[in-house]
Amino acid sequence: MENYYLFKIILVIALFVVSLVVAMYSTFAERKISALMQDRLGPNRAGPFGLLQPLADGIKMFMKEEIIPNVSNKTLFILGPCLAMTTALMAGVLIPWGGKIELWGETFNLQVADLNIGVLYIFGVTSLGVYGIMIGGWASNNKYSLMGAIRASAQMISYEIAMGLAIIALIMTTGTMSLGEIAAQQDAGWANIVYQPLGFLIFLICAFAELNRAPFDMPESESELIGGYHTEYSSMKLGLFLFAEYINMFISSAVIVTFYFGGYNFPFQNEINEALGLSTNMATALGTLVMFGKIFFFIFFFMWIRWTLPRFRYDQLMRLGWKSLIPLAILNILITGVVMWMNGKLN
Amino acid sequence: MTQYVFYFLSFLAILSALMVVFSKNPIHSVLYLVLTFFAIAGHYVLLNAQFLAVVHIVVYAGAIMVLFLYVLMLLNLNVDAEPVKKNWVKFAGVLSGGLLMLTLVATFHKAETMPLIQDNPEIGVTANLGKILFNEFALPFEISSVLLLSAMIGAIMLSKKDTKK
Repeated sequence: MENYYLFKIILVIALFVVSLVVAMYSTFAERKISALMQDRLGPNRAGPFGLLQPLADGIKMFMKEEIIPNVSNKTLFILGPCLAMTTALMAGVLIPWGGKIELWGETFNLQVADLNIGVLYIFGVTSLGVYGIMIGGWASNNKYSLMGAIRASAQMISYEIAMGLAIIALIMTTGTMSLGEIAAQQDAGWANIVYQPLGFLIFLICAFAELNRAPFDMPESESELIGGYHTEYSSMKLGLFLFAEYINMFISSAVIVTFYFGGYNFPFQNEINEALGLSTNMATALGTLVMFGKIFFFIFFFMWIRWTLPRFRYDQLMRLGWKSLIPLAILNILITGVVMWMNGKLN
Repeated sequence: MTQYVFYFLSFLAILSALMVVFSKNPIHSVLYLVLTFFAIAGHYVLLNAQFLAVVHIVVYAGAIMVLFLYVLMLLNLNVDAEPVKKNWVKFAGVLSGGLLMLTLVATFHKAETMPLIQDNPEIGVTANLGKILFNEFALPFEISSVLLLSAMIGAIMLSKKDTKK
């Protein structure tokens, strides 16, 4: 039992560090990718290929002057970025990062917690993510921040509905809400994307909206709202808001990969592991590497879209959410139900 | 262990519920209400109802309270702008609230407490809950869904009444 707790604690700490490092280098990747798309060089001064740029940015963030506006509500002003960061880090514990691992003569799953309501937990954490933005935006006592906060909340609530409906269809096909089982089910058969192509598309679009990423970055649109909810923030509090967005991007990529792209599984994995003669731990390591490859592809995809598409107008965003995505998601549930019924999967 | 968690959650729930009432700032009230919901969700988990706990968080803390905050932020109420009620209204409120409390205390004082017995400890698991809802309680479930649907249509009708035909 002690080994169990020790393993979980190590896993939590490793997860924390990995989330931060991935988020750190996502900021670097974002700048490099935007440079690539705009035919520029991007940051290349700090270290070889500019690889130390995130460190330099971090030091800059910490060293900058901390300004708390006089009129703002101080407690809530500080609470805002804290909440944003906390909710960003909360979802990672449920994601199965790999298969089984043998340590100290025992077998563990490479997952911190496998709740039987895992999918709902992820959904709950997502819906709480807006509090940091709303509280921060309101406590700044600035009209631009308030507008950003209000936009963020309306956007989140609108897209949560379509996201929930897309997840319902997924739960219908998998028959479980535990993320560990969803990943394990895609072991030998097809990945869930084959059964849920429409559901995946809806989920992906909603993920963009929930993350406040372009083309749905209305809450912080520079050209209209200066910086939206973080206009009044400076120094590391601003850094925490930006960082939380990148951690959210990493975690939601991991969720998409787990839900729809087989998680740590890859095609012909049993044959490949056998042919290479890998031990359990090595096979798990290979699976985790594959999973991170998929996650990095989705992080790249988020950036690709950001630097390709212009921002939506607010009414367009609402129309897309309520009049296209929700009916499509309901249609998806219906189709899933009919197909399952025809195949005799309903009992 | 469970007992300590229970006392902690109860303390948190009652304290934050009191803060909802006593806070001068409506935004603070809403945030304390969110905290109350979390404490109550913790109680649900203690009662082995994980599904209910998470749905409670998703629906109340994640959606309804966000809408409350949204409306409050749009109205931008502050202490100066808040209308002050007349004295007799305050008096009537205190009186009726006190009477309600008296009734509740008297009821629970006399009530016999029974230990919680769960026939099936797995009842809170989503699959079991769904089976019971759709088999034993199908009619109440359907009726409540019709009720919610009519409330939704009513809300849309109310918000649309100003548009020209």
